[in-house]
Amino acid sequence: MAVKSGNKRKVSKGIGIGARRAIAYVVLVLISFLCLFWFYVLFINATRSQGDLARGFSYIPGSHLLQNWNNMLHFPMISMMTGMINSIIVSLLTAALCTYFSTMTAYAIHAYDFKLKNFMFTFILAVMMIPSQVTVLGFLQLVRGMGLEDNFIPLIVPAIASPVVFFYMKQYMESALPLSLVEAARIDGSGEFRTFNSIVLPLMKPAMAVQAIFSFVSSWNNYFTPSLILHNDKMKTLPILIAQLRSADWKEKDLGVVYMAIAFSIFPVIVVYLILSKHIVQGLAMGSVKG
Amino acid sequence: MKAKRSKAVRYNKWGYIFLIPFVVTFVIFQLIPLINTIYYSFFEYFRSGLNVIGPNFKGIENYIKLFSNGDIWKYTGNTLIIWLMGFIPQIIVSLLLAAWFSDPSLRLKGQRFFKTVIYLPNLIMAAAFAMLFFMLFSNSGPVNSILVSSGIFEQPYPFLDRVWTTRSIIAFMNFLMWFGNTTILLMAGMMGIDTSLFEAAQVDGATSTQVFFKITLPLLKPILLYVMITSLIGGLQMFDVPQILTGGNSPANTSRTLIMYLNDNLYSKNYGMGGAISVYMFVITGILSLIVFKFTNGKKK
Repeated sequence: MAVKSGNKRKVSKGIGIGARRAIAYVVLVLISFLCLFWFYVLFINATRSQGDLARGFSYIPGSHLLQNWNNMLHFPMISMMTGMINSIIVSLLTAALCTYFSTMTAYAIHAYDFKLKNFMFTFILAVMMIPSQVTVLGFLQLVRGMGLEDNFIPLIVPAIASPVVFFYMKQYMESALPLSLVEAARIDGSGEFRTFNSIVLPLMKPAMAVQAIFSFVSSWNNYFTPSLILHNDKMKTLPILIAQLRSADWKEKDLGVVYMAIAFSIFPVIVVYLILSKHIVQGLAMGSVKG
Repeated sequence: MKAKRSKAVRYNKWGYIFLIPFVVTFVIFQLIPLINTIYYSFFEYFRSGLNVIGPNFKGIENYIKLFSNGDIWKYTGNTLIIWLMGFIPQIIVSLLLAAWFSDPSLRLKGQRFFKTVIYLPNLIMAAAFAMLFFMLFSNSGPVNSILVSSGIFEQPYPFLDRVWTTRSIIAFMNFLMWFGNTTILLMAGMMGIDTSLFEAAQVDGATSTQVFFKITLPLLKPILLYVMITSLIGGLQMFDVPQILTGGNSPANTSRTLIMYLNDNLYSKNYGMGGAISVYMFVITGILSLIVFKFTNGKKK
């Protein structure tokens, strides 16, 4: 009984603990550098002029930040600002619908006993892995048939059925939503729908916040489906515009402006992430521990 | 007693009501499209110039064409090779980091900072990230400028005109975007291992390397398999990065993935062939998901 549970310093064989810790720090710093270096280069290059960029790479920011910003806003053919507004509209609505209705679906399975309950649960889990690309051909035909091309609806509404978000919500409910609370609300005469909105939703807030962020980001980053549905320049979202920059004859383009456009579509997400990172990283672990 | 029972039944119909939004949306936007996709795969249906040919029922002709002309195998191969090139370093680095993060005796400081940083690339718009790498690795881009000015290369290296450098850049980007996510998953798995096992090993005088290979790794097998298969399913959907990095024109199409192939058929409006490619991918992901499904269900018991 010499070694008590908290005392683990008795590892004398192998490499010493100090050396192991040093190696760990070195590797972690290297990997962090590998993750951040590209964004640093992006930032630097977005502040430099065309002539400056042609002279080679520099580690110090240039002085053309505002000029590049202005030139980006007045790009011929590609309106980044319109793209930004479109992206915000689509992503916000997607996140709202996705989290609200996924919580509702999870609540249906969690709180009620009905005949098809187990079947539905298994079914939703089974379709979880079907990639959206596999059904996109039929999806496009459907969208055309309904006259919804160049419309945000086919990008937003399908988020109501998000099996992955449903699963996360269901897991969270098992630990955070005691059914006795629901019973108590019933005795007080609250209707089922009202109970869901005024008692269940507030309790689910932490999980909903995490999933709202994730569905916002994945909608913000989505390129494949929007590029097949949105053709009108006024409706295009940011990833489509970035792809257009790639295929444009950009030899004549001002590269500083192209870097600025990339930064413009990346940095909002980075800023939001850094502000909320504590909750996001914790939330991730929370979901996976139970999964 | 009877009254209570009927009351419960009355409540339980709300289970169905709350499921309506999901079911309706799923049927309209996923199930019907899926059935339609499968349906079209049996038809000759494409556009030739301004004329639309079909739809004419042709049985499995599309499939015969798809599997006999060899493209599908080439693109499947490309996708798997690039996935594997990203996955191998990803699993090694993630295992290492997860072991360090969850090792209480190491007491690493700044864990939250490191976790935040390694997860960051996962949230970046793949399209913009690929565009950035396209600019960075172009002949006159910063990477070549650094390599030339530091004397490593005499002249710029055409990274995106060579087969293996193009594939490596795509794989590297996939690695960067996903290793943070994998680390967090594996960490959760390692935290779940009974700590008394580690203590017992330490009492017996095992080194940390022995503990890792003899205890952690075997107990982590289920999660490792889960990570591998879900990563493979994700890898098969690889599109944004290779599409934008190469602009759809990689050297001899060696970085063209399955979804890029599907995308081409959608743009040229060859719905019969597009349907066949979709069904092919549906079957593969279906089999892979079934393995995951069996597995996660078995784990609970």
